[in-house]
Amino acid sequence: MTYLQPSNLAVGPEQHSMDRAVGGPETGDGMRDMAATAAPVIEARGLDLTFDTADGAVHALKDVNLSVAKGEFVSFIGPSGCGKTTFLRCIAALETPTSGTLTVNGMSADEARQKRAYGYVFQAAGLYPWRTISGNIRLPLEIMGFDKAEQFARVEKVLDLVELKGFGNKFPWQLSGGMQQRASIARALAFDADILLMDEPFGALDEIVRDRLNEELLKLWARTGKTIAFVTHSIPEAVYLSTKIVVMSPRPGRITDVIDSPLPRERPLDIRDSAAFIEIAHRVREGLRHGHGDEV
Amino acid sequence: MKSLLPILTVLLAIVALWYGAAVWLNSAWTYDQAERAGTTVTFAELVGDTMAQDRPVLPAPHQVLKGLWDGVAGQAVTSKRSLVYHGWFTLSATLVGFVIGTGLGILLAVGIIHNRAMDLSVMPWAIASQTVPILAIAPMVIVVLASQGITGLLPKAIISAYLSFFPVVVGMVKGLRSPDQMQLDLLTTYNASRPETFWKLRLPASMPYLFASLKVSVAASLVGAIVGELPSGATVGLGARLLSGSYYGQTVQIWAALFAAAILAAGLVIVIGGIERATLRRMGMAQ
Repeated sequence: MTYLQPSNLAVGPEQHSMDRAVGGPETGDGMRDMAATAAPVIEARGLDLTFDTADGAVHALKDVNLSVAKGEFVSFIGPSGCGKTTFLRCIAALETPTSGTLTVNGMSADEARQKRAYGYVFQAAGLYPWRTISGNIRLPLEIMGFDKAEQFARVEKVLDLVELKGFGNKFPWQLSGGMQQRASIARALAFDADILLMDEPFGALDEIVRDRLNEELLKLWARTGKTIAFVTHSIPEAVYLSTKIVVMSPRPGRITDVIDSPLPRERPLDIRDSAAFIEIAHRVREGLRHGHGDEV
Repeated sequence: MKSLLPILTVLLAIVALWYGAAVWLNSAWTYDQAERAGTTVTFAELVGDTMAQDRPVLPAPHQVLKGLWDGVAGQAVTSKRSLVYHGWFTLSATLVGFVIGTGLGILLAVGIIHNRAMDLSVMPWAIASQTVPILAIAPMVIVVLASQGITGLLPKAIISAYLSFFPVVVGMVKGLRSPDQMQLDLLTTYNASRPETFWKLRLPASMPYLFASLKVSVAASLVGAIVGELPSGATVGLGARLLSGSYYGQTVQIWAALFAAAILAAGLVIVIGGIERATLRRMGMAQ
């Protein structure tokens, strides 16, 4: 644990040199944009979470410190049991930390949930089979009390955003898995929360569909300017999507490295063959290996 | 058409077995009669006689069919000998009992999933209620209600409801709990209230379970209504028909009433099945 301290925005000196090494001069603007933003949207300080199970206490999160600025795309990566999903669920107030502080939009996570500060995309699309795609997207809007005309206007807007125009009247079973997942993203976007929390949303999809959805997600992020927290266990996915990569390791779940990506915000798919991309991917892989090294 | 062949084969086998059993069971009477008359019977005479007795131990299928046909089509529907007349009384009690039982079942299930005390306490009682023979309960219900001046359809409907609420409770508790954690979490992220969770998620999710329960419970309702007719000394209803048949040894009448009840039950289950298909298709849950 002495090798890589949990850190937030702070980047160690040798990391700076690497940033320079892998990032071209064109990345400077993106970096400055992020630095210029004000109060963090998500801020965790000394977060701990212990689950009491039949087999004794499980330390799911240990001393997690992180701050996420507005408009960032943060990925959480790590092996199963590293607490990445648990941390996301804490942000969503679906889990309650045992100790430490966690603020979302400057409020407690639960207040933020009650103010509907975020849209959550689960691993499975989880569309209601008895509702059409349009009906599924209207679900949060009905609960939040939007009037009918507004509901339909928003459905059209988000269907367009996720490129599902014309599929509103289909039932979920009539759509492919990738389209269903896009519909579930549309559902999370419909009520215009600033934060999008995504828990391995493309984990169950095949590589080709996944690439396409990753590309679309980036476009969507660029268009909407939302803050996105994204859980994944795919290194290329994390590196391709994120402005900040949080590497986590298990038992106890903790952050072992935080990498601010020097890649430009505009990212064609073939950026994944660039030297910069491979460098970051390498660093993520090293971080993951070190996290495991503690255990074995 | 392909599915017709196996169905017909099984039906034919049952009918053949039934005729065989009728010859076997009714032969004692034929031999008895022959012995008293001091004659002997050939096998052909034996078979002929066992199928045409007035009070056979086991009526042959065609006798039952004839009894059924006479009861349904051979009488004015207002006649006391009409199975339609008796069937209607039983059906009306069945339907009222079914509605009460279903309503009660759904209410109990809603209580069970929303209230921890009910969750822990109601189910054991519901299960215990079904372990008591309905034949023991029915006379008490009739007597108690009669002492309050309530007679006729309602006591029968209550006995019918007593049998039919149970499958609905079991099915609906399972159905209302069928949404997985992820679907519940989704609504938590919307900060949805419990009523919203119920109306938008739990209730629609429970529909397939509800219909499966309703098919069981409607048949149980009919049994309840018939059982309710037995101890009340009712003069109308399929149960009364069964009872009077057994008083006077009219086996054909008993079997005809039994078949009328079975056909009625099948009809009710088919109607529920039709409503189920229409509802689930409308909900997009049946392709």
